[in-house]
Amino acid sequence: MGDGIKKFMRSQLVIPLFSLFLLVIFNLLRDPEFFSISLATNNQGYRVLSGNLISIFNGAAAIAIISIGMTLITSCCKGQDISVAAVAAIAGSVFVSVLRSHEITIPVIILAFLLSCLVSVLFSLFNGVLVAVFKIQPMIATLILFSAGRSIAYWINGGATPTVSSDFLASIGGFIPGIPIPTPIIIMVVFLVLISIVLRLTTLGLYTQVVGINEGTAHLNGINPVWVKLIAFIISGVCVATAGCITVCRIGLINHETLLLDAEMDVILAVAIGGTSLGGGKFSLFGSVIGAYIIQALTVTLYAMKVPSAAVKAYKAAVIILIVIISSPVVKEFFINLYKKLFKKQVDAKIPIKAS
Amino acid sequence: MQDNTVLSMRNISKSFPGVRALQNVDFTLRKGEIHALMGENGAGKSTLIKVLTGVYPKDSGQIYLSLNGGMKEINVRSPHEAQELGISTVYQEITLCPNLTVAENMFIGRGNYSLVNWRTMKKKAAEILEKLNIPARATQQLDTCSIAVQQMVAIARAVDMDCKVLILDEPTSSLDEQEVEKLFSLMRDLKSRGVGIIFVTHFLEQMYEISDMVTVLRNGELVGEYEVKDLPRVELISKMMGKDLDDVSTIQKRKQPDKTPDALPVYEAVGLSSTNCPNAFDFNISKGEVNGFTGLLGSGRSESVRAIFAADRITGGKIKINGKDVKIRRPKDAMMHGVGYLPEDRKRDGIVEDLSVRENIILALQVMKGFFRPFSRAEAEAFADKYIKLLGIKTASMDTPIKSLSGGNQQKVILARWLLTNPQYLILDEPTRGIDVGTKTEIQKLILKLAEEGVSVTFISSEISEMLRTCSRLIVMRDRKMVGELEGEEMTQDNIMQMIAGEAEQNG
Repeated sequence: MGDGIKKFMRSQLVIPLFSLFLLVIFNLLRDPEFFSISLATNNQGYRVLSGNLISIFNGAAAIAIISIGMTLITSCCKGQDISVAAVAAIAGSVFVSVLRSHEITIPVIILAFLLSCLVSVLFSLFNGVLVAVFKIQPMIATLILFSAGRSIAYWINGGATPTVSSDFLASIGGFIPGIPIPTPIIIMVVFLVLISIVLRLTTLGLYTQVVGINEGTAHLNGINPVWVKLIAFIISGVCVATAGCITVCRIGLINHETLLLDAEMDVILAVAIGGTSLGGGKFSLFGSVIGAYIIQALTVTLYAMKVPSAAVKAYKAAVIILIVIISSPVVKEFFINLYKKLFKKQVDAKIPIKAS
Repeated sequence: MQDNTVLSMRNISKSFPGVRALQNVDFTLRKGEIHALMGENGAGKSTLIKVLTGVYPKDSGQIYLSLNGGMKEINVRSPHEAQELGISTVYQEITLCPNLTVAENMFIGRGNYSLVNWRTMKKKAAEILEKLNIPARATQQLDTCSIAVQQMVAIARAVDMDCKVLILDEPTSSLDEQEVEKLFSLMRDLKSRGVGIIFVTHFLEQMYEISDMVTVLRNGELVGEYEVKDLPRVELISKMMGKDLDDVSTIQKRKQPDKTPDALPVYEAVGLSSTNCPNAFDFNISKGEVNGFTGLLGSGRSESVRAIFAADRITGGKIKINGKDVKIRRPKDAMMHGVGYLPEDRKRDGIVEDLSVRENIILALQVMKGFFRPFSRAEAEAFADKYIKLLGIKTASMDTPIKSLSGGNQQKVILARWLLTNPQYLILDEPTRGIDVGTKTEIQKLILKLAEEGVSVTFISSEISEMLRTCSRLIVMRDRKMVGELEGEEMTQDNIMQMIAGEAEQNG
């Protein structure tokens, strides 16, 4: 039992779960009704779940999905891809332009999604080749698409911000008739299940971490670091396209300037809060997803507290500083020592009992 | 306490999760004394040093240092503080910045300058390098120097600071004999100036050559403090190992396997060369044979075995495995043909420091099994458990990160990794570097046992005596070229030395 607690204290998930726990407690104290979920009728006439909890999970879906790819890139490349939001804008633009040139049916939506995935993967691979083959630092390599990405999206749209509307799209961005859970949450869950299967059926997790921790060892044990990094960028490309398409469906138009604006920073933050070192190495995908939810929960909490929207970012920053300090190795070590001091006597007392 | 005591550590204790690294250890250093600190792997030598220099906080105990003529208790909280108090350290693993220049490395983080005078710094560095005969330029980037030279720069850095206590943690493990001599003359020089030197080492010969006193640790406890001249070797070893000495000399030198003339070599290379080893060479090893590469540091022995494993990019040559032509272009090709390679630099090329012992053990076999066929948790645990027991790896659990193990145990984990792949040919580059006598013996015995089971082994060690004991054939290298081969009766220390020095050719 004691071992279990110790193990948990040292695991990467302890900080994100602890932060989430604090946020939940805080909100419950402030408003016991905060997490209540109710069935309500929405403006399309369906009975759907609503409440703060649902809007947290729903709102964080895009960030959470991108954070999966970002976690892999962070782990093996020891750096971050800052172009994800810009590439999402490109993917969204491809999605919309395919939809607008056809009648919107389910096969067309699938085709449009696959095409946007393909384009997004190609752009992501461009980053990947710069990082893995040419060994350019990730932040520098991805700075190119960070600045150029939204311009490329602008060209794809022909300079406009075209809208798309269809019941199918509305159900992807909102609710599928008859299912009371928002579709982005379902997509997120499917994504998590898929990635768990990939991690279980392949050695991706081990390879990614080995490459991130010690490339020399990876090479001498027959792992090709270049391939591992490229795979991370390919997966990230798919994640980014999915997030871009969900967002387009949700708002019903593509605006290359504002689609997922500044999302890369939230994503990187989610990865950091989730317990993956931004310097690479050991990673936790579920930590990153929880990190995304923490960020969203924070935003929803602040809005619920009627904080003016212009001030939300400052409040967010303050809380995040707190989380980052709590998760720093210095504070962590302090708590571990405190735990040892508090429980040492009990442990010592147990030994003679066992012996007799 | 005597008057000339410089440093006194009393009742030092330190624990890590799952391990009691030090328990009530005392240590005393006097002025102008070279004091050896000895013990097996995990005995607590490195931990004691790190407590003294403020890398780790101690759990309990006191440290006294002579300051202004009297002994004062000190509480060292960081290596920087230790340095200011006059305690300088050269660690076993080089802890300099590889991408800075030699001069920058020598002066970085010293004194209170906020402004750096680069020209003076370079000039001063150049003077020190010349005085100590270190073959490096002040403006050279550190990682372009060999490991030995990097080590010497680290020593130069420590020596140049005004220090009362100089700690040398395994300084000689990557130096060749000449360089060791150079270091020793430097140590004697410092000693005569009244510096107290703590010398952590695994090399008995070197300890006896230079030390006045020796403190022996075992399993984190103090065994005792002895005058070196009164302590016979056997007694020292038994104190370190805490059991009747399993003497290295009991290793029976194995006869060379009976070579059937038409038996094909397990591994045969013709005209092999790589980016790091430009001089093409021929090489072969037969089933159950143990051969070795010998030569001074930088003679190209590591580069040659790296080429055999295709660790560097291969630029030419043909390779046959069991007589069949094969293409080996990457380490994975070599692995798939049953070749294993334990690298020279454990920290840089061997361990995956943040991953668990279990993951480190299964790594190579997992890669060979394939990307889409991961081992289940249960399989991996079974493998790890088997080899932890088989090699006697001391670890809190198989989930412990490998970085919290001692050097020798880390090395055993890497050995386990390759044994698990069931290789037909195993290359061990300096497997005994920087580890204790007991584990050294174990590894040598393991090599011979493997050979008896039909595994071919190439063994490289800086200690010629180790190679003479285990190898049946020695390939001698000089200046990145193979200069000769010695077999059977010809394999003597003299012959090897002569060949390395290049006299064999003139005589013959």
